[in-house]
Amino acid sequence: MFTSNPFAELSAFIPPTVMQTYIVVMILMVAGGTLFDVFHKKSATYFFRAWRDSKAKATRRLGGTEMTSLAIRTAVVEVLTSGEFCKVRRRIAHLLTFYGFLAYIITTVIMVFSYPTPDTPTPAILPALWNIGALMVLVGGYWFWFFLRVDVAHEGNSPFRLMRADLFVVSLLVSVTLGLVWEFVQATGNTVSTNVFLALYILSTTLLFVSVPWSKFSHMFYKPAAAFQKRVEEANGSSNLPAPAESPKGEM
Amino acid sequence: MPTFVYMTRCDGCGECVDICPSDIMHIDPVSRRAYNIEPNMCWECYSCVKACPQNAIDCRGYADFAPLGHSVRVRREEEKGTISWKIKFRDGREKNFVSPIRTTPWGSIKSPSDYEAPSPDALKTQELAHEPEALHVEALPALPPRKD
Repeated sequence: MFTSNPFAELSAFIPPTVMQTYIVVMILMVAGGTLFDVFHKKSATYFFRAWRDSKAKATRRLGGTEMTSLAIRTAVVEVLTSGEFCKVRRRIAHLLTFYGFLAYIITTVIMVFSYPTPDTPTPAILPALWNIGALMVLVGGYWFWFFLRVDVAHEGNSPFRLMRADLFVVSLLVSVTLGLVWEFVQATGNTVSTNVFLALYILSTTLLFVSVPWSKFSHMFYKPAAAFQKRVEEANGSSNLPAPAESPKGEM
Repeated sequence: MPTFVYMTRCDGCGECVDICPSDIMHIDPVSRRAYNIEPNMCWECYSCVKACPQNAIDCRGYADFAPLGHSVRVRREEEKGTISWKIKFRDGREKNFVSPIRTTPWGSIKSPSDYEAPSPDALKTQELAHEPEALHVEALPALPPRKD
């Protein structure tokens, strides 16, 4: 089960072109939803205004090399290693979900576009990575959901109390969970159950990608931008934060 | 001056929710970031400002009497045991303050429940603090009335 391509077996019922079109539509929904989110919330306007303010208040100009270095550090520290999180457990949960989701999504796209039918045998590594990625999402996601989520750990709310901020993580967890359940049911050969879980899987996956304007999905685009801006402000001297204690500036 | 949160800097860790004595720092149901739900009930103790690991919380005067354009920012450095404040006035003046926040290393103070249960005699003293659960005892003894 873990080494066979579930989408190739699905091609007996759904033509590969339909699956491929679905993926393209979902990619467009994410891109369109993010753009709508950016314009609707005016986050781009806010970002560029803050950028102009930062340049006007800068005490030193940053060269191209320095900006590149800041961009690389942002990519390595804040994006690739989730360095923004101040709590280790949240950081681990986020890394599990982040890399699990990447592995799951990338292998899905490769399997659907390159190995869509049983006629094109899928390398065993791809479905294995798909399953590992999905399990990483579930471990990180459910750990976050039941134990680490601020609403539960600090606000004292029930883990089953839902609010709009939960739309992204809930739809992600439901989608990936149903994906694994569908794969398992498909391996058992029960056609009715397979179709039911396939329908639920498609429904929850569609919700995940279509709900971008209302969910926190787009945080993966604007959080790196905000982290980069914070680094630039600290480097060009426009940050209002006090200097580290050894070197206070101004009147004492 | 009550506090407010920079949403782009907050990572929703909940430190401010835990520490706020007024219970007015809460989590936004749409963005899952902290926010001050009732600025006019803020005691201005700045516990949240100092506790925020992301330096995402600032202070702001009420717009009807405090001039806008100023800023008050704080940096807490646990490893150094210091807290630094930078105050910027609208006319460009800037004041910086650095204060020690403790004399012992961060994290070195044990919580009450890390100590062993007090002796029966210690339970009867007036110096005893904390609830029975933290003292590892079922209940505190009833003390006889004082004979002054």
